[in-house]
Amino acid sequence: MAIIENIIEINHLKFRRGDRVIFKDININIPQGKITAIMGPSGSGKTTLLKMIGGQLSPEQGEVLVGGVSVAGLSRKELFAMRKKMGMLFQSGALFSEMSVFDNVAFPLTVNTDLEPSLIRDIVLMKLQAVGLRGAAGLMPSELSGGMARRVALARAIALDPEIVMYDEPFAGQDPIGMGVLVTLIKKLNQSLGHTSVIISHDIQETLSIADYIHIMADGVVVASGTAREIRESRSAEVQQFINGHPDGPVPFHYPAENFMQQLMGEKVGIDR
Amino acid sequence: MNISNKIMDGIASMGRGLLDNLAGLGRASMVLVHALFVWPQPKTSFSLVVKQLYNVGVKSLLIIVVSGLFIGMVLGLQGYTILVDFGSEQSVGQMVALSLVRELAPVVTALLFAGRAGSALTAEIGLMKATEQLASLEMIGVDPLRRIVAPRLWAGFISMPILSMIFAIVGVYGGALVSIEWLGVFSGSYWSVMQGAVDFYDDILNGVIKAVVFGFAITWIAVYQGLESVPTSEGISQSTTRTVVYSSLIILALDFVLTALMFGDV
Repeated sequence: MAIIENIIEINHLKFRRGDRVIFKDININIPQGKITAIMGPSGSGKTTLLKMIGGQLSPEQGEVLVGGVSVAGLSRKELFAMRKKMGMLFQSGALFSEMSVFDNVAFPLTVNTDLEPSLIRDIVLMKLQAVGLRGAAGLMPSELSGGMARRVALARAIALDPEIVMYDEPFAGQDPIGMGVLVTLIKKLNQSLGHTSVIISHDIQETLSIADYIHIMADGVVVASGTAREIRESRSAEVQQFINGHPDGPVPFHYPAENFMQQLMGEKVGIDR
Repeated sequence: MNISNKIMDGIASMGRGLLDNLAGLGRASMVLVHALFVWPQPKTSFSLVVKQLYNVGVKSLLIIVVSGLFIGMVLGLQGYTILVDFGSEQSVGQMVALSLVRELAPVVTALLFAGRAGSALTAEIGLMKATEQLASLEMIGVDPLRRIVAPRLWAGFISMPILSMIFAIVGVYGGALVSIEWLGVFSGSYWSVMQGAVDFYDDILNGVIKAVVFGFAITWIAVYQGLESVPTSEGISQSTTRTVVYSSLIILALDFVLTALMFGDV
């Protein structure tokens, strides 16, 4: 990929799942070498957006450009070649359950390169050292805690020194120590390896503390974009509800329903008996 | 709602169901094409197939051997009690062998294979989908159809005929055990009548062809159900059940078609 300012460009993205509109019109630019966070309430389509960047889903309209190339226009072979330049940390870790920690991290290297086994061993140990789990190389995924599994998955995601690393809810379900470790790791790895990081999250404080740019999505559009400070100072009602965690606001507490009084009085009963 | 509306709704719903099934068949065919018609990678393909041969083939051996033995013993016993009335109990070997080689070995092996290996394949691939391992492979730049699906398909195709032959051989010995050792049929008659009656092309080869076709059908259904499973515990459970039900029905239907083609002109 050529060196360009925005390594990922998302233009006028529209997408539906069945009758439900996920993206009405999404426009996001992700600059090279920075940490960009895409935030939003549950169900706002954050993971769907990540899948579109990785070419696992295709947009209905609009385009996703990675390195200036439209992902949806790539052949199956080209798509797999492009993915070798990407690393992805899945929410569940997605470690291969029948392989040891060492083999999980070595896997991208053994299938995508012709490196000597001794060199692969050294690279794996370096990646595991970077996430603090060199001592766990011989363990199986079932023997790891949730936080450790995610760190191993992170070591695997950076095994090929990708240009882009995508994190799908990296802090979800982590205890405070595990969360702190991951926050520090993501920041350090971004600085030392120089890759572009894309974080999908709704953990506000952790994400705002490390992201260079933040985009907040709600109701199928980007409602706010900017640095952490700009987001905190935003006057948008959606942004304030999201970052302060207000239970009601532009994102309503109640799921859409018939008039409560009418339903209680039996004028229109929505539940079949 | 009047009756004509109900009829129209019924027709529309049948049409939707038909279209869904056709779309499913199309997707299943694409899986097959993408998984099988690719250039093998010598570094990894062979070892992956060997590993799956162990999982689907070797691990099914016990159930196949035990079932083959008992079915052969039952055939020997039943055959003897029928044939002894006509004074033809010396032909029991022929009956046992032909029943096994032509029908019971491929069909029963396939039904057991669907229950033992087919369900395991669906559950394994479904769980890999639910735990994002398939998505993770894609993002590493590895095609799951080549890495996960293709070795399992090849292992199914290869192991089914071998298991079926083992079933038939063990069954023949089970029949011999009951007929010769227990019921006193002359050993020379049991084996020589069998040898004279069983034809390599008409009987053995046709039985092997049946086993290959059943193996193909079961493994295809199993991997496709795994890939299409809803990634929840309920979804995987339903897909696993569908694998066993669809495979069993397809085996029985295909068996009739193949038998009609192979022996229908007699």
